[in-house]
Amino acid sequence: MLRLPSFTYLQPKTLHEALAMKVDAGPDGVFVSGGTDLYPNMKRRQQEPKIVISLMGIPELQKTEGGNDGRTEGRTVVGSCITLSELAIVPSFRRGYPVVVHAAELVSTPLLRNMGTLGGNLCLDTRCNYYDQTYEWRKAIDFCMKKDGHICWVAPSSPRCWAVSSSDVAPVMVVLGAEFRLVGPKGERVVPAGRLYANDGINYLTKHADEILADIRLPAPDDWDATYHKLRRRGSFDFPVLGVAAWIRWDDRTVADARIVLGGVASRPQEIVEAGRVLTGTDLSEEAIAAAADAAYRPAKPLDNTDFDLSWRKQMTRVYVKAALQELRQRRTAPA
Amino acid sequence: MGTRKKAAVKETAAVGRPGTPFRVVGNALRKVDATAKVTGVTKFADDLFLPRMLYAKLLRSPHPHARITAIDTSRALTLPGVKAVLTGHDLPIPFGILPVSQDEHALALDKVRFVGDPVAAVAAASEEVATAALDLIAVTYELERPITDAEDAVAHPEPRIHDYGDLGNLHKLVNLEFGDVEQGFAEADLVRDDLLFFEGSTHLPMEQHAAVGDWSPPPDGKLTLWSSTQTPHYVHRALAKVLELPPAKVRVIATPNGGGFGGKSDPFSHELVVAKLAMLTGRPVKITLTREEVFYCHRGRHPTLMWVKTGVKKDGAITAMHFKSLLDGGGYGSYGVASTYYTGALQTVTYHVPRYKFQGARAFTNKPPCGPKRGHGTPQPRFALEVHLDKIAEQLGMDPAELRLKQLVPPNSLTANWLRIGSMGLGACIRKVVQGSGWKEQFRNLPHGKGIGLACSSYITGAGLPVYWNAMPHSGVQLKCDRGGGVTVFCGSTEIGQGSDSILAVLVAEVLGLDPFDIAVVTGDTDLTPVDLGSYSSRVTLMTGNACIQAAERAREMIRRHAATQLAVPAERLAFAERRIFDVADPACGLSFAEAVQLAEAAEGTIGTVGSYTPQPSAGKYRGAGVGPSPAYSYSACVALVDVDPATGIVRVPRVWIAHDVGRSINAASVMGQIEGSVYMGLGEALMEEMAYRGNRNVVHKIPSLLEYKSPTTLEMCDVVTYVVEDPDPNGPFGAKECGQGPLLPVPPAVANAVYDAVGVRIDEVPITPEKVFKALRRKEKGEAARYGPDQFPDIPWPEPTRVAPPWEGGDGTAAEGGKGRQKAAALAARKR
Repeated sequence: MLRLPSFTYLQPKTLHEALAMKVDAGPDGVFVSGGTDLYPNMKRRQQEPKIVISLMGIPELQKTEGGNDGRTEGRTVVGSCITLSELAIVPSFRRGYPVVVHAAELVSTPLLRNMGTLGGNLCLDTRCNYYDQTYEWRKAIDFCMKKDGHICWVAPSSPRCWAVSSSDVAPVMVVLGAEFRLVGPKGERVVPAGRLYANDGINYLTKHADEILADIRLPAPDDWDATYHKLRRRGSFDFPVLGVAAWIRWDDRTVADARIVLGGVASRPQEIVEAGRVLTGTDLSEEAIAAAADAAYRPAKPLDNTDFDLSWRKQMTRVYVKAALQELRQRRTAPA
Repeated sequence: MGTRKKAAVKETAAVGRPGTPFRVVGNALRKVDATAKVTGVTKFADDLFLPRMLYAKLLRSPHPHARITAIDTSRALTLPGVKAVLTGHDLPIPFGILPVSQDEHALALDKVRFVGDPVAAVAAASEEVATAALDLIAVTYELERPITDAEDAVAHPEPRIHDYGDLGNLHKLVNLEFGDVEQGFAEADLVRDDLLFFEGSTHLPMEQHAAVGDWSPPPDGKLTLWSSTQTPHYVHRALAKVLELPPAKVRVIATPNGGGFGGKSDPFSHELVVAKLAMLTGRPVKITLTREEVFYCHRGRHPTLMWVKTGVKKDGAITAMHFKSLLDGGGYGSYGVASTYYTGALQTVTYHVPRYKFQGARAFTNKPPCGPKRGHGTPQPRFALEVHLDKIAEQLGMDPAELRLKQLVPPNSLTANWLRIGSMGLGACIRKVVQGSGWKEQFRNLPHGKGIGLACSSYITGAGLPVYWNAMPHSGVQLKCDRGGGVTVFCGSTEIGQGSDSILAVLVAEVLGLDPFDIAVVTGDTDLTPVDLGSYSSRVTLMTGNACIQAAERAREMIRRHAATQLAVPAERLAFAERRIFDVADPACGLSFAEAVQLAEAAEGTIGTVGSYTPQPSAGKYRGAGVGPSPAYSYSACVALVDVDPATGIVRVPRVWIAHDVGRSINAASVMGQIEGSVYMGLGEALMEEMAYRGNRNVVHKIPSLLEYKSPTTLEMCDVVTYVVEDPDPNGPFGAKECGQGPLLPVPPAVANAVYDAVGVRIDEVPITPEKVFKALRRKEKGEAARYGPDQFPDIPWPEPTRVAPPWEGGDGTAAEGGKGRQKAAALAARKR
C-alpha cells in the first residue's frame, strides 16, 4: 500500500512555540492543521517535509469571536484551525455568513470535513492532474515543474506552473472582502483575502513559509448578500472544477456594488472585475446578468488539468455565473 | 422518493416460503459470512501477518512500449533490510489465463508493454525499505513507438507489441456467419446501421489485490499462497507451471475477496512474485497493491467500437443482423480471445435473429490489459444493440417495448449461432417494468429535459466450457456429516462478496432439513476443497449449487436408509425438516438429524459424500462455438428515468425500474443486492466511468486514483425498483439462474435511450458525459446531426468467414466452410507431438 514516509511530528501549544519550531526546522519543516491535504500529498511524495508542526493544539487558533462584543465592530473573527464541520454548526456563522457555511459544507466529504480546517482549505495546495499523482506516475511523465521536474505539462512552453486553485472557501473569502491575519517570526500583518493568493501554481500564496494564517476576519453582515455555486462531477468527494462566488451590496433593489470571484479556473481565486462593474447600478435584470456572465466567460481560462473537458468548463462559467446571480436576485425579490 | 424495494431480511429460515415446496430456498437470509464481515473479524489477504514476514514491492515500467536492455539491481541489494531482488529472468516461464494467450511474465523478460508493467521486485523487512529499494534499481530501456488505441493498432501493424497474434497488432480476428445475411437484408422493409462506442472502465473493488507466499523448504518443498483471487484453481495451475513445482506441492488459499467483479480472475504477477520471493528467502512474503497498481492490473472492460446493421420487416421482425466490433485489448491477452467472441455471442439470445454475421477484432495496445469485467464482453454489444433497436422502433413508428415483445426468442429453442435457450422470462420482465414505470403514459410524453428509456439484456449462467480444455466437472463438492448434527461442505468456489458461501449453506440446509447456520462452509482452498473453476461467468450458484445438491441428496439417502430401519417406516415416507427426520404420515414419529447421522455412521462409517457438475456439451460444433453456450440464460428488462439539463448537458438518473428473470431466487436478499449492485455499476459506466489515458504523454493512465477515476457515490445512485421474475430453468439448482452480472447490461442503453427521449439527441457512446450531451445539443441547435458518437469503423482485413447454417436451415452446428480451424489445429498439434 501507499505509505507515509517517516517524519518528525511536533505539537506546539502556543503560536510562539510553533513559530520557533519552524525557525529551527528551516525549509524541512511545514505547518499542518487537519492534514487532509498534506498527508496524501506526502504519501505521493509531492511534499517531503522532514518535520511536521501541528497547529491543532494551539487554543488561539480555535477561537471564534464575533458579532457585537464591542471588540470586533460587528465583524466576526474566526481561528484558522476550526474544522470545516465545526464551522458549519457555529450559530453566528449560520446566521451571519450562510455563504461561508455553504461553501464549507461543499468541501469533499463529511469525514474529511471532520478533520480538514478552514485555514487548511484556504491554503490548499493547488491541484493538477499531472501533479496529484504518485511518485512513480510522475516519474513516468518525467515529472513536472511543481515537483522534481522542469516543465509544465499543461502548457509545455509556459515558464510557470498552471496548477489550479481548488479551494471552495477561498473564492468566498475573496468575494466577501475578508481579511487574514498572518503571524510570523518578525511580527504579524493583516492582508485582504485576495492578496493572500498569487496566480502561480507553485508560489500560489503570498504567505511566507514561516508565517501562520492565524485567523480570518469577516466583514459585518449588513446589506450584502452572497452565494457560491460549485461545479463538479459528483455530489461529494470532488474538488471544484469551477466555483462561482457572487456578492452584491444592495441599495434597496439596486445593485450598489458587486463582485464575482471564480475558483477552479486559475492558480488563485480570480476576481472578474468587469463582471462586478456591469452589474453595478442595475436591478440584476436578465440583461445585466447575461452581461456579467459574458464578462466572466471571456477571461476564464480553464486548462486541461482537472476533471472534465476544458472547453465545456469554460462554457459552464457563463451558466454558473448566471445561476448564482439569479439566485441572489430571487432572494432579494422574493417575499420574505 | 424512497420506493426502493427491499425484502425484509428474516433471521431464521424455519418459516418456509408460501406457495413453494421450499423451507429455506427463496427466503431473504442473512449471509453466512455477514456477521464476520460487518464486525471486522473476516481476514482478508492484507490482514494476514506471519512470523518473520517480509514485504514485497514491484518496480513498474515508466514506458508504454520499450525493450529492456539492462537491469542493474546491485545497489538495491546493498540497502539494509533488502532480502531479495527479482527480475524477469528469475521467472522466465510465460503464463496467461487462456492456453492460447500464454503471453505474460511475472516480471518483464525483455520488453515492457504498458506504463505499470512489472519489471522487478524487492522483498524487504518493511514496505518502506522495499519502496526505497525500487529507486535503486537501474533499468535501461530502448523505446519503441507506443500503440495508443485500437484504431492506431489497425493502422500500425509495426512495431508489434507481441510476436504472436492473428495479424500485426491485431491479437484476434473472428468472422462467423450463420445463414446468408445479405439475403436477409434484401428481404427487409427497413435496413439500418449504426456506429457506437463503449469506453473502457475498471472494476474498482474496495479491496486492493493482496497476496502472501509461504514456503516450507525441502524435503517438504511446499508452497502456500494466500491471495485475493476469484480463481484459486487457475492460480494453482499458473504457480505450478511458472515455479516448476508439482501441483501437489502448491496450495492456494483464496481469501475472502473485498470485491472482484472479474478483476481478480487472472493469475497475476504479484502472486507469482511473492511465491518466488518466499522460496528464495525462506520467509513469508506479503504484497498489497496500491490503488494505482490495481488500475494497472486492470483486466477491465474493453473499449469497444461497434457497427451494427439490422434488417427488419414493418412489424419489427428481424430478418438479418451484421455486427462488427473492434476491441482495445491493452498489452496482454488475458481473457481477450473469449472477450472478443463475447462481443458477438449473445445478440441472438433475446430477440429472434434468423441470420446473423459477426466480425470481431481485438487489438494489442500499450495500455493495461483488458479482460473480464462484470458482463464480460457483452455490455458493449448490448448497449449497441439496444440503442440501435430504439432507433429502429422510432423509424418504424413502433413502441420500443412492443417491438421487443413481438420478437422474443422462444424458450427451449436454439439460436442462429447454436446457443441452447432454456427458460426465457424476458417477456415477463418487459411487462413488469413497462407497468411499474408507467411506460405507456410517459414515453415521448414527458416535458423537455425529462426522459424515459427502455432496454433489455441476457447473460450466461456459467460458461459452458472451462478456460482450459478438459472433460472433468466444472465444480465439485464434498460433504461431511458430523455426529453432533452439523454438516461441513467443502467446495473450491470463492467468496467474493457475491454470497457463494451462503448458497452452499442454504442448499445443504434445504436438502437435509437443517438451518443454514448449522452448515460449516470450507471454500477456495486447493488442499482442502475439490476443484471449482472459480467465481467468474456467473457460474457458481448454478454449478456449485447443482454439485452441492447432488452431494446433499446422496447424504440424505444414506441417512434416510438407516433412519427408516430404526423407525420401521418406509424410507420414502421420511422427510427432513427442522433438524429432524420424520414420518410424513405421523410427524411425531422421528429422530433428530444428529441421531440419524449417528445411526448411519455406526452402520457405515464416516458419512461423507461428493457431488459434481459438468454442463452438457454445447450444440454448436464450429470453431468459436465454445464462447456463448451456457446451461441457462438470465434475462433483464430495464426502464431508466433521466433528468437532462439542456443548459449544461448534465444527466441525472433519479430512478431505474429493473426486472430480472433469475429462474429461482435462492436467497431473496442476495438476489436483490446483486441486482441493485449491477444497476449501480451499470449507472457508473453509463454516466462517468472511464479508463482515460494521455495518448500524447507516454500513454500514461490519466487518473489512477479513487478520487479522479469517477464512479458514482451514494448521491448519484438512483432509486431502484426491482422486480424478481422467477421462470425456473431445468438446468439450475431448484431452477436458479444468475443475477450478478446480467442486470448491469440494460442500464447503459436504457439511460442513452432516455436521454434521447428527454432532449432529442443520440449519445451513441458511453459514458454519457455532460460534454457529449452539450455538444450534441449544440449540433442540434445548428441543424446538424443531433448526435454524439463515433463516425467510422476502420477497414479490417477479416479472414474468410466460418459459415455455419442456422438450425432452421438444416445445419448440424458444424461449419460448412472456413471453420476447419479446430481440425487444422488438432492436426498441427498431432504433428508437433
